[in-house]
Amino acid sequence: MSILIDENTTFIIQGITGREAVNMTRECLDYGSKVVGGVTPGRGGRDVYGVPVYDTIKEIVAKERVDGSVITVPAPFTRDAAFEAIENGIKLLVIVTERVPRYEMAQVLELARLRGTRVIGPNCLGMISPGKSKMGGIGGPAANTKQAYKPGRIGVMSRSGGMTTEIANSLTAAGFGQSTAVSIGGDPLIGSTYAELMPLFEADDETDAIVIYTEPGGPMDAQLSLWVKENKSRLPIVAFMAGKFMDKMPGMRFGHAGTIVEGKADTAAEKLERLKEAGISVAEEISQIPDLVRERLS
Amino acid sequence: MRFYEYEAKALLRKQGVRLPDGGTAEKPADAGKIARDIGGAVVLKSQVLSGGRMKAGGVKFADTPAEAETACAEILKLPIKDQMPVNVLVEAKAAVAKEYYLGVTFDGVAKLPVMIISDMGGIDIEEVAETHPEHIAKVHLSTLHPFSDYQAKEAVASLGITGGELNQLTRVLAQLVRTFLAYNLTLAEINPLGKLEDGSFVVLDCHLDMEEEARERHQKSVLDELGIGADEMRQGRPPTEFEKRGARVDNVDHRGVAGRVVEFEGNLGLVIGAGGGSLTIFDAVQRFGGKPANYCEIGGNPSVLKACELTKVILSKPGVDKIAVIMNVVSNTRVDIVARGVVKGVVESGFDPAEKIAVFRIPGAWEGEGFKLLEKYGVHYCDRTVSMSEAARRAVEKIAG
Repeated sequence: MSILIDENTTFIIQGITGREAVNMTRECLDYGSKVVGGVTPGRGGRDVYGVPVYDTIKEIVAKERVDGSVITVPAPFTRDAAFEAIENGIKLLVIVTERVPRYEMAQVLELARLRGTRVIGPNCLGMISPGKSKMGGIGGPAANTKQAYKPGRIGVMSRSGGMTTEIANSLTAAGFGQSTAVSIGGDPLIGSTYAELMPLFEADDETDAIVIYTEPGGPMDAQLSLWVKENKSRLPIVAFMAGKFMDKMPGMRFGHAGTIVEGKADTAAEKLERLKEAGISVAEEISQIPDLVRERLS
Repeated sequence: MRFYEYEAKALLRKQGVRLPDGGTAEKPADAGKIARDIGGAVVLKSQVLSGGRMKAGGVKFADTPAEAETACAEILKLPIKDQMPVNVLVEAKAAVAKEYYLGVTFDGVAKLPVMIISDMGGIDIEEVAETHPEHIAKVHLSTLHPFSDYQAKEAVASLGITGGELNQLTRVLAQLVRTFLAYNLTLAEINPLGKLEDGSFVVLDCHLDMEEEARERHQKSVLDELGIGADEMRQGRPPTEFEKRGARVDNVDHRGVAGRVVEFEGNLGLVIGAGGGSLTIFDAVQRFGGKPANYCEIGGNPSVLKACELTKVILSKPGVDKIAVIMNVVSNTRVDIVARGVVKGVVESGFDPAEKIAVFRIPGAWEGEGFKLLEKYGVHYCDRTVSMSEAARRAVEKIAG
């Protein structure tokens, strides 16, 4: 199996006629994803690589089953695009856009909770269930994606889009394929944190272990540690923390919007302590990840 | 973006929050005049973007205008965490009977704004949360339903506070929430809020942070008024000249991002990307004993020009012996374009790429074309079979000798 998406998942792309979105559409189609439509207001009636473009989501859901939507519209329009998707009954959103103000994202996430919609991102590259489907720019062109990602039994969650692929690449090289890899997003407020995705991986009988990539800043690692302890997870977890140098540079943002050391709980040192306490293995470098996974699985 | 205390207080005043009498002094004579106008004891506070001012000697008290002038002169000369004060805030000294903490921020787990109030103000709120959790109340706010004052009242009342104190604290907390909402703040903190001996409340110190992403929409309405320019960076410490030049590289065109150039004291220049990749590589260089000259984040499929200009800025920093060009496996960024830009930057700086580039490790889209070019210039490059940390190790080894 896999989580969130598989070969049957249908999705649309909001902002499909943008330059990056056009590339992403082709990459997803080449990979085998079922892109059933796109939305750009005022461009209804056109098509992007054969994918019909509409003015409104309402028109698409009237005639198609739409499982998800990838939102690639510019930041000032992101909240409205997300509201449109949620209110038209779409239950899975990938928000790629970065630089969306936090309050507006909180509004999107609050409405999503009310309507039972799952959100991945913002500021992410989406997700992939290798060999089945990818939703978002993750992995890039289909040929590159197939080189880095192979079907298998490791779940991956990462705050960095690029590092999702780097980690998958190192797992693949060591003979570990992936069930689903999720670029969860680099913002301080994101739709799905590690702990919020864990129950899905836990319930997936084709996932045997989890690899996470994390950074200083935010409460997500402490939340994961707590979840692991409280739920006695069956899944061994291997974590990698980047940005340890930031512990000495409070108040400065590096890497992603959510990556900043403001209090003690934000530091890499403190987070690593929490992760280890919960029995999570910590890799000093990416290349150690496959060995640690092998060790934890034996 | 962090506000100086005097700016933060100006924003709070707009929402009707009561503040001590006073003003800012740019020279000692100003402080004397403010003290004379106040006509009593004053407190003088160094205006820097950093906490721990009291400990560093950046807060002084004065009973007379003459003392205020002396204290102001001393504060203006005193750097705090490598920052010189922009001015000195001079305020009437308040007779404080009790201190409170009021805060509004985002809760990343609940994904909502949260009001925080404590009757143990003046100290670090994280410490209170650990040692006296019963003295803290936290109440989340909806972002879909409008804020109403009763929510602040419930937060205050949950600490067992009643009577006139309940009403006064409710008013200040509601004003703080409105400030938070009005200016897209990510943190609004009054710590401490002082209860004076006459029973009234006054803001002693405060800390407001505005979200970077929302600065533009507040530029004309608020930031211009405070004299904060659109390009003024407000992160941890003021930017260096090198960092300002690095920041300008991003504006050479709209292709990709050359972001967040940060200066360090080292000899290995880094052309690295993107967000997570840069963090990983920087750590790896330090772990192998290397001394990075800078941090940067280049990505999002930058143009040849952007990669070239960034390389030139980094190579121009005195003491940079070599550069390492490393990224995670890229899918959006094109390897060949970055390779062309970096090689061009090295050549235009008057150096030999084979000698100046310690290592080039960017695997991914268009790598074949990129590697061909690097081969032509004799640059040491590696593909995805070499890990990011191994590439960092090789660069450190090369620079060492």
